[in-house]
Amino acid sequence: MLSIKNLHANVADKEILKGINLDVKAGEIHAVMGPNGSGKSTLANILAGRDGYTVTQGSVSYQGQDLLAMDPETRACAGVFLALQYPVEIPGVNNVYFLKAAYNAIRKHRGEEQVDAVKFLGLVKDKMKLVDIDTAFLNRAVNEGFSGGEKKRNEILQMLVLEPRLALLDETDSGLDIDALKVVAKGINALRSPERAMVLVTHYQRLLDYVVPDCVHVLAAGRIAKSGDKSLAAELEQRGYDWVTAGASA
Amino acid sequence: MAKRASDVEKLVRSEYRHGFVTDIEADTVPPGLNEDVIRLISAKKAEPEFMREWRLKAYRRWITMQEPHWAHVQHSPIDYQAISYYSAPKTQPQEDGPKSLKDVDPKLLETYEKLGVPLHERAKLAGVAVDAVFDSVSVATTFRKKLADVGIIFCSFSYAVQNHPQLVEQYLGSVVPYSDNFFASLNSAVFSDGSFVFVPKGVRCPMELSTYFRMNAANTGQFERTLIIAEEGAYVSYLEGCTAPMRDKNQLHAAVVELIALEGAHIKYSTVQNWYPGDANGQGGIYNFVTKRGDCRGANSHIAWTQVETGSAITWKYPSVLLRGDNSIGEFYSVAVTNNFQQADTGTKMVHIGKNTRSTIVSKGISAGRSQNSYRGLVKVVGAAENARNYTQCDALLLSNQCGAHTFPYMEVKNPTAKVEHEATTSKIDDDQLFYCRSRGISAEDAVNMVVSGFCKDVFKELPMEFAVEAQGLLAVSLEGAVG
Amino acid sequence: MNAVAETAPPYADSFAALQHTRAPDWLAELRRSAFARFTERGFPPERAEDWKYSNTRALQKLRFSPATTPPTNLGTEAIAAALLQHPQVQRLVFVDGVHVPALGSKHAAVPGLRITPLDTALREHRADLRELLLPEARWDNDPFTALNTAFLADGALIEAAGNVQVTAPVQLVFVSTPHTEACASHPRVMVTLGTNVKLTLVESYFGLDGAANFTNSCTQIALAANSRLDYFAVQREAQGDFHVSRVYVSQRERSRFASHVYNLGGEWVRNDLRVRLEDAGASVRMDGVYLADRSRHVDNHTRIDHLVAYTASDELYRGIIRDRGHAVFNGKVVVAEAAIKTDATQTNNNLLLTRNGEIDTKPELEIYADDVKCNHGATIGQLDEQALFYLRSRGLDLDTARELLTGAFARVVTDRIAAEPLRRFALEQLASALPQVAAEDGA
Repeated sequence: MLSIKNLHANVADKEILKGINLDVKAGEIHAVMGPNGSGKSTLANILAGRDGYTVTQGSVSYQGQDLLAMDPETRACAGVFLALQYPVEIPGVNNVYFLKAAYNAIRKHRGEEQVDAVKFLGLVKDKMKLVDIDTAFLNRAVNEGFSGGEKKRNEILQMLVLEPRLALLDETDSGLDIDALKVVAKGINALRSPERAMVLVTHYQRLLDYVVPDCVHVLAAGRIAKSGDKSLAAELEQRGYDWVTAGASA
Repeated sequence: MAKRASDVEKLVRSEYRHGFVTDIEADTVPPGLNEDVIRLISAKKAEPEFMREWRLKAYRRWITMQEPHWAHVQHSPIDYQAISYYSAPKTQPQEDGPKSLKDVDPKLLETYEKLGVPLHERAKLAGVAVDAVFDSVSVATTFRKKLADVGIIFCSFSYAVQNHPQLVEQYLGSVVPYSDNFFASLNSAVFSDGSFVFVPKGVRCPMELSTYFRMNAANTGQFERTLIIAEEGAYVSYLEGCTAPMRDKNQLHAAVVELIALEGAHIKYSTVQNWYPGDANGQGGIYNFVTKRGDCRGANSHIAWTQVETGSAITWKYPSVLLRGDNSIGEFYSVAVTNNFQQADTGTKMVHIGKNTRSTIVSKGISAGRSQNSYRGLVKVVGAAENARNYTQCDALLLSNQCGAHTFPYMEVKNPTAKVEHEATTSKIDDDQLFYCRSRGISAEDAVNMVVSGFCKDVFKELPMEFAVEAQGLLAVSLEGAVG
Repeated sequence: MNAVAETAPPYADSFAALQHTRAPDWLAELRRSAFARFTERGFPPERAEDWKYSNTRALQKLRFSPATTPPTNLGTEAIAAALLQHPQVQRLVFVDGVHVPALGSKHAAVPGLRITPLDTALREHRADLRELLLPEARWDNDPFTALNTAFLADGALIEAAGNVQVTAPVQLVFVSTPHTEACASHPRVMVTLGTNVKLTLVESYFGLDGAANFTNSCTQIALAANSRLDYFAVQREAQGDFHVSRVYVSQRERSRFASHVYNLGGEWVRNDLRVRLEDAGASVRMDGVYLADRSRHVDNHTRIDHLVAYTASDELYRGIIRDRGHAVFNGKVVVAEAAIKTDATQTNNNLLLTRNGEIDTKPELEIYADDVKCNHGATIGQLDEQALFYLRSRGLDLDTARELLTGAFARVVTDRIAAEPLRRFALEQLASALPQVAAEDGA
């Protein structure tokens, strides 16, 4: 589904990614781990099409298409979803209105009928139960004044509603208490299916206690330094990152 | 991502949708202004002597005055002798306006249909009573009868002068005197029509009242005058909309609006101003130099101005409230959008005179293209105004790197129990917000509209429902191609 | 020159008298052209936007003549309250505009720092003096700067060559003393810092009881790349004194200017502080405290021009208005088209405490660039009732509680001064007008 080949990228003339190779197949969950500054968030943002990153080499193909040539909205319509590490506040824009606009934009892209407000609300309410979000949430402005945990749950709610084919979750677990973490994990697991792939970007392995990955990759100094199965995450938890990263920079 | 800039460019390049001209024969006075022209206007309208004398006094004052230049706008000199000060559709019965819609020229009705202002009885569905002013004269007032049943007078200004001269004489110029300022004096001398509303004591107006202004003839100025009186305990919500054809010469619009709220009365005045703004090169467009002032004359009275300003080449307007009655409330909510070469210098004055008076100002400025957008406001608390409270929030959003956004708030306070608070921010439209919307599948264009509407929400929510929808739409149109 | 053509322009006599003193040709010419400009423009017209709330009529009515001979019996003790105590302080003292070497500090000169009284520099015909003066274009529109230039005679030149960290603070003290005939002085201060220089400069305007003079000061500051100036101007003139000040600052790459202006005295005060951020990375902190009490009129106009990308400004002015005081604040921030990434914050808070006081404030933003973050806020209000109650519930009487909170209100500004001993000195100066400020310091 997703194939990243020798991806190099700069942020303000500084090379952050130095040749990433990664293949993600439908039905798989990959965890990308690594210390701060290893390029994890850069990778997630590039895949979603955020401004401020320059790809200098390599390619990314998504379902056979050149992902990097697509606009952010085109990627979203094609089924790519990024749960942001720091979800953005948009004052004055109603949360449910925003979500409905996104939902209908994606449907329109697929040539499907637009969904009216009543029907949409019914759909959203079902999903909300899964992530333990109060209905009052819907009528607040997008992420405005939300606590850190509320913002993350709102990201998961969006993901559940938009039902992407490829979900990228950037540090969705950071700053969450254990109850919130379980809620987020429940949301992720609910979406797990043979047609869908997920990439979890995380610093700690604790999310992986609840969402079991098929593959674990360690990102260090802009490269994938080591790949393994879920046991690698446990090993990182015990031994820290140094033993992997030391090899990477050598 | 590289595509973004061009998307944004495209977004701003929208066409003015109301720019057609109605081909109708008009009775137009030759250009120029002198006492004879004023006498002629007065005679055409068969006005009583007091009205004619008032006009002449205003004219005599006006010729001693200088055109003001303190606003942050620039324009070439206006030749006041090149303007025609009166133009009326010929088919219109001149004496006292049409008796019913049957008397109205079908071409005019068609014009208003095109503009989305239904004058026919099906307007009933919308529940809005409409007075339509075409160039200088009122062409139709709907629901006059139904309103009269509850004692409300809603008619053209000319009709009011004929039929309710004592009310006109009592209140005209009592908020904006004929000597107030250059444009108000000019208006006082030459105004041709406008709307008149009188809501008697204790009456709550059962529907929204609306005036739709249309400037059609070339080389004319439009000088309408609106007077709204809400007696003790009365309530009225009034909407004003305006459009004009696309012409490559600038046209002058110098209106005066006076609001009078007696004890316990509440007047809500909403404007969606969409005069022709000129083309993308700054050619043509309306000079909108307007004086709007409300007088909270009685205790516990309340006046709220809400405006959405998207049109005009130049806007110069400061809807104000004199808070004279104790416990009176003044509000001003404004969205001003400028694009291309538009210039807006707009804001409000809140003058706290009575005790326990309160005012709120929320101003949202959006600048795009090469436009200049200024907020100018005055909050004044006189020595006797105990416990005055003001809160002002003034935000500006910048959508291009060639536009300007300016804030000129004046605060003058002489009472030690006053609390006055002003906050202002200016920033570029947030890239992260745009990305967030787009990463959820929303197009670049819709993302801009969504973020801008969110920015304006505090103002839109003050508009009556029908207008809020229109305002949102206008905003989207005005900003087409605006993000660079 | 129309209506007043019959009467001689103000200061004509003084200016004529000045023609008898010896001066190099260039100076005589400069003075003549400046005086011509002043005469041509006259005092600001009452309708002028920048003078809307400050009427110069009282100032125009009085006739001031230049002080020629300062009192000889004036000792340091008379001005002790104005003096910054520091073991190495470099101090010049001016009495009614005239430099009095006897009152200055006697510390050894600091390497790399040159402090020259302006009259000395003029006497010595310093060749570069003319180039150092503010270019005419910058004072073209301001009659008071023109007047200052017309009477250019004394003041100070402060020059630091590159790469010095001067620990010794520099203090200039301008004393206004009582005369039978009110006098006018026009001190000029020129500060030039080379690259990588750090300096602290204090200007103290101090009045002796009974003084009723006019001080029309002009300070010009040029900061080279990476230099930093901590500037503290305290104005504590006598009840009858008039004071107009102009401060012009230009800043180059990554220079930092921290300004603290305290208006605590005088009868009629008008200050204009203008900063131009001319190169990337330049930043300015602009703070002020003004006390408009008794019948004092205090007007502060500030202007910051962000001329290029990546510059920052942060401004906080707080005012206390009581008795029959009248305070005016006008803060203008202008962001030029090229000045993207500008970060500008401006706050003006006022306490209006009495019935006959008045505050007129106008924070202004003029923005011609898009990628900026600018905000301003202004408030007018009173002491917090809850805080007053809290203090009283702990046993303080109402007056003390009020004084304490008023002091605390001003103290917020003082606490933003990073540099010692400047912060302590500022606190001391503030305490001269608001005694509860010091009590709160605990020291």
